[in-house]
Amino acid sequence: MKPVRVLIPVGFGLNCEDETARAFRMVGAEVDLVHLTDLFARRHPRRIADYQVLGMVGGFAYGDHVAGGLVLATRIRAHLKADLAAFLAGGGRVLGICNGFQTLTRLGLLPGPESGPPDFVPTATLTQNERLGYRDAWVRVAPDPRSPCVWTRGLGILDLPSRHGEGRFVATSDEALRRLDASGRLPLRYVDADGRPTEAWPDNPNGSALGIAGVCDGSGRILGLMPHPDAFLYPWHHPDWPRRRAEIEAREPGGLAIFRAGVEAV
Amino acid sequence: MPPVTRIEVGTRPGYRDSLGTSVARRIREHLGLQAGRVRTRDVFLVEADLSAEEARAVAAEFAGPVVRQGAVGRLDDGPFDVAVSVGFKPGVTDPVAKSARVAIEDLLGRPLGEGSQVYTGRLYLLDGVSEAEAGRIARALLANEVIERVSVQSYDQWKASPPDLSVPRVVEHASRPVETVSLERSDDALLALSRERLLALTLEEMRALRDFYRASGGDPARRAAGLGPDPTDVELECLAQTWSEHCKHKIMNATVTYQEDGRPAEEIRSIFKTYIRGTTEAVDAAIRAREGKSWLVSVFHDNAGVIEATDRWHLVYKVETHNSPSALDPYGGAITGIVGVNRDPFGTGMGSDLLANTWGYCFGPPGWDGELPPGLLHPRRIRDGVHAGVIDGGNQSGIPYGRGWEIFDDRFLGKPLVYCGTVGRMPVTVDGAPGEVKRARPGDRIVMVGGRIGKDGIHGATFSSAELTEESPVQAVQIGDPITQKMMFDFLLEARDRGLYSAITDNGAGGLSSSVGEMAKQPGGARLDLSRAPLKYQGLAPWEILVSEAQERMTLSVPPEKLPALLELAHLREVEATDLGAFTADPVLQVEHGGRVVARIPMTFLHDGDPEMRVDAVWTPPARPSIPLAPAPSAAEGNALVAAFLARDNLRSAESLERTYDHEVKGLTVVKPWIGAHRDVPADAAVFQVAHDGSTTGYALAEAVFPTYSDADAHAMAQAGVDLALRRVLAAGARLDRVALLDNYCWPDPLPGARNPDAAHKAAQLVRASRGLSESCRAHGTPLVSGKDSMKNDAVVGGRRISIPPTLLVSAIAVVRDVRRALTLEAGRAGTLLYAVGETADELGCTEWAAHRGVAGGGVPRCRPALFHSWYEKVAAAVASGLVAAAHAPGRGGLARSLFLLARASGLGLEADLSRLPGPAGLTWEARLFSESAGRLLLGVEPERAAALEAALTGVPHARIGSWREGGRLRVTAAGAPFVDEDVALLARAWKREGGRP
Repeated sequence: MKPVRVLIPVGFGLNCEDETARAFRMVGAEVDLVHLTDLFARRHPRRIADYQVLGMVGGFAYGDHVAGGLVLATRIRAHLKADLAAFLAGGGRVLGICNGFQTLTRLGLLPGPESGPPDFVPTATLTQNERLGYRDAWVRVAPDPRSPCVWTRGLGILDLPSRHGEGRFVATSDEALRRLDASGRLPLRYVDADGRPTEAWPDNPNGSALGIAGVCDGSGRILGLMPHPDAFLYPWHHPDWPRRRAEIEAREPGGLAIFRAGVEAV
Repeated sequence: MPPVTRIEVGTRPGYRDSLGTSVARRIREHLGLQAGRVRTRDVFLVEADLSAEEARAVAAEFAGPVVRQGAVGRLDDGPFDVAVSVGFKPGVTDPVAKSARVAIEDLLGRPLGEGSQVYTGRLYLLDGVSEAEAGRIARALLANEVIERVSVQSYDQWKASPPDLSVPRVVEHASRPVETVSLERSDDALLALSRERLLALTLEEMRALRDFYRASGGDPARRAAGLGPDPTDVELECLAQTWSEHCKHKIMNATVTYQEDGRPAEEIRSIFKTYIRGTTEAVDAAIRAREGKSWLVSVFHDNAGVIEATDRWHLVYKVETHNSPSALDPYGGAITGIVGVNRDPFGTGMGSDLLANTWGYCFGPPGWDGELPPGLLHPRRIRDGVHAGVIDGGNQSGIPYGRGWEIFDDRFLGKPLVYCGTVGRMPVTVDGAPGEVKRARPGDRIVMVGGRIGKDGIHGATFSSAELTEESPVQAVQIGDPITQKMMFDFLLEARDRGLYSAITDNGAGGLSSSVGEMAKQPGGARLDLSRAPLKYQGLAPWEILVSEAQERMTLSVPPEKLPALLELAHLREVEATDLGAFTADPVLQVEHGGRVVARIPMTFLHDGDPEMRVDAVWTPPARPSIPLAPAPSAAEGNALVAAFLARDNLRSAESLERTYDHEVKGLTVVKPWIGAHRDVPADAAVFQVAHDGSTTGYALAEAVFPTYSDADAHAMAQAGVDLALRRVLAAGARLDRVALLDNYCWPDPLPGARNPDAAHKAAQLVRASRGLSESCRAHGTPLVSGKDSMKNDAVVGGRRISIPPTLLVSAIAVVRDVRRALTLEAGRAGTLLYAVGETADELGCTEWAAHRGVAGGGVPRCRPALFHSWYEKVAAAVASGLVAAAHAPGRGGLARSLFLLARASGLGLEADLSRLPGPAGLTWEARLFSESAGRLLLGVEPERAAALEAALTGVPHARIGSWREGGRLRVTAAGAPFVDEDVALLARAWKREGGRP
């Protein structure tokens, strides 16, 4: 079987490309890191639609100035909208991590329309954490087994680092949020020590309603999440590794598990 | 000028304004004012031809769909009491505006055009305060008038006035002509000239300049170039920058006459050459003798030190300080400090990718409620601003921090110390040749890359070489822009890997005059045309262009045949790159502006023409009466005492604050800054992998700094720093034979002056610290691979001089063979045995305990480096054989703090009997608990390995002093008498100041 081809756009202040590329490669994918200016100028020999997976990595594109993901989303919409639409129409999968999630949300790809092809109309936002400011701390997230999301299929509870200042997911209305929940479009929730979704800090670092940590589109192929699966690839990434080494080494690192699920999804 | 459109973006009613809520809280907590609601608005002033429809589209795009709303003109959602409007002053770097412009242009699908500008600001709408109170809030919390303009309006005034469309446009003047300056004047007039032009040169240096121009002003080549006998202002400024203390380290290179009580005077020809470079050369020779080759790759001559790590990568490390700018504008000074030091490893050899940052700050007490001389910011304000700056600088650059620390002392009120460091990795081979070797040749083009040049940061180097006064210039403040720099770095790494340049260096202190002047040493000389340099605005004099320290710039040497490809790549990546001239074989730095030569300085005079400085140093040991013993506490008193001690500014946990710094980006972090069962205990050292290339080789970072020890003896201060930094990387499982150190001196001015009566004592402290450093490094085999000194850490405000205690920061970087075997201070299970290694002595002088008791005097902790090293070798061998389960190096706060940390980190209880501690007989209870004796380690050992460990430690003072227990209590006794018997969680509450300060 031919390896899955992954495109990771880089530049403009994105900065998690190395570890994200490593993650995709660890699960058998072939990765191209391509500068966004090469995509804008059509200097890269391949189109986005030549790939099966688009990895929108974390970082601080344009410093998160004005709002997280805003400037980058504006640029992508101006230069790559048609390419993205073609890629998605062909069944492409997208993983947006942190700044990538913010950008996908600003682009209107997440949560996306209730049905039909992407319309690039934003209907939700990732806004400032309820406790203002950036925070780097590990969190626990649980997948929603009802979700169509291919990136979380078959996964259990995961520990992942969370590193953001603008991660509180807000939909246009409570009703909109209920519909997203009912259709399994909220595939990852922050949970407390007992595994229950929580809105309380610090288990939920940003105060998202229902403990929302990740959102997917209607097809389940596009996932955006605030925590960083790209920073839990090796057992020694886990903060408890010095004390619970055997237990942690017995399971695939939680971050890697997400990449594997998405790359191996058919 | 195009018209100005105002766009405001704020929170939609019904949603939480997180910034406003935070401001309201800070108004209450920091200023004690009972403000009501605070609403905030982001303000964008777009000076461009925008249609109404376009303006509305921008407002809608910036607001987004849900939480925020935007409006053209004012966003009006009801009354308030006072509006505080904050915007930048003209010429201040505004990165948000730069990004906003990119977004606007892509949104509108057209460029805004030349002459267009975007400016940003912020509007605070305050309820429940008077105009006077709002003014106070604005000055104390919301704005820094050094760089920002503020207006305060009542609601009625605001209502009655039109929306504010004023923008901080720089008033552009015609370019000022080059002046010549005669040096044929009296000594007094020479000194006055140095002072008025902010040259920061001494009389001897001014005379050297005068003599040079007297002798060579009529040089035919000079005349042929159209220059007269007197120096131009360009030459004068260029020489002053190059000769500044900041760039030249004149004090560290001075000839020092050192006199110690009753002994004959000694002459030291350069502290740097004798104690630093000399030490490293000796250590390097010892490494070569032992291993047949050295792992030191590049030291001293480049921007950062380089050591071997793996087959593919070298490690590069540099630590800098940015003290004076941080005192004036804490945020701007600090962000410039961190993004500035990033450029050092980046500009070393052929360039490095950046892996990790480190930082450390010395501040006045954040809770200071004493008198604050005018011209000084409150230490809390400095602290908040410095943290915010380094957080933004590091996070936005995508560089994790590995180490961070803070120390508080009254003497840092006058000048805070802001240390910033960066580790990089350099390819062992770049374009087929060693990565550490630059290859600039005559004929190569001089290319400046990155940001444009403005007046920001003019005289930064000479300013930092002078004491702070109330009149310190605002143009010395730069504001770093991490995104511009990140985009430049991404471009440069591509250019490096495609072999498009032959050398690289950073533009830091002294700007182009330093970067080009330094880089020209390799080919011989340089010819530079300043009229080609891209400017932020017109009106800079040629000398200003040459010495501006505007940020985010690197200088490249580019072979002419590679120039088109380099410029094309830069254009594509939206990074500015400009060909400014060429390197030459002619040993002259020639600077032109348009067709005219404005400076022509022989390279030898530029770099070696400054007269050697002479410094007098006289050491009189301060009297140190012994500290009277405090009565031993009961167990209950001991619990309260330890809780209060742990809550001290210098010992408490700052975990929640430090989590605002990213420490995991890049996915290479192994031992994080905050560890343990509750993830709130500071690690002894940070451990990182080098790359995602399958190798598990890593490196450990640690540091130590003991400013107060200088009160007894700077020799002890320096050695304690080396010792603890080394013990910390040892406790992380690093190789003891692969530890490199960096020395960062921050000193009060050691040169005599009318306002500096004890300069000779400060100079003697400099000698003693350097000797101590050298002795320790030789004994431990730790080379000093990089360093920096900052010699003017005094403030004279209101006639009062506040000098910092002499402070040497020692930073360690050490290779870790396999990160999977890294150690921390966490024990995995109850029953783990606790061993104390090394000796505890009655060394309470200058310690945190002495400060807590408020007592002066007492013996300062002393090191015996050669003896200690023999112990460390055995500990390292025991660690390498897998005998050790946990390790920790006690430091500030002594065992009282260490034992608490061991218990807390493990999520267990701990029992320890301190009567078993190795050391001299008759130790007091205070010494056992609080002494900061050097040379000690605490080790956790599984019971089945205890016998093997004891055998491995033969000849090393050690004792089993206790064990980790179930149950979560810390129980510390001596000969049966309990000092502490307390729930670890309760102590942790005090240590984290949950529920206030005990």
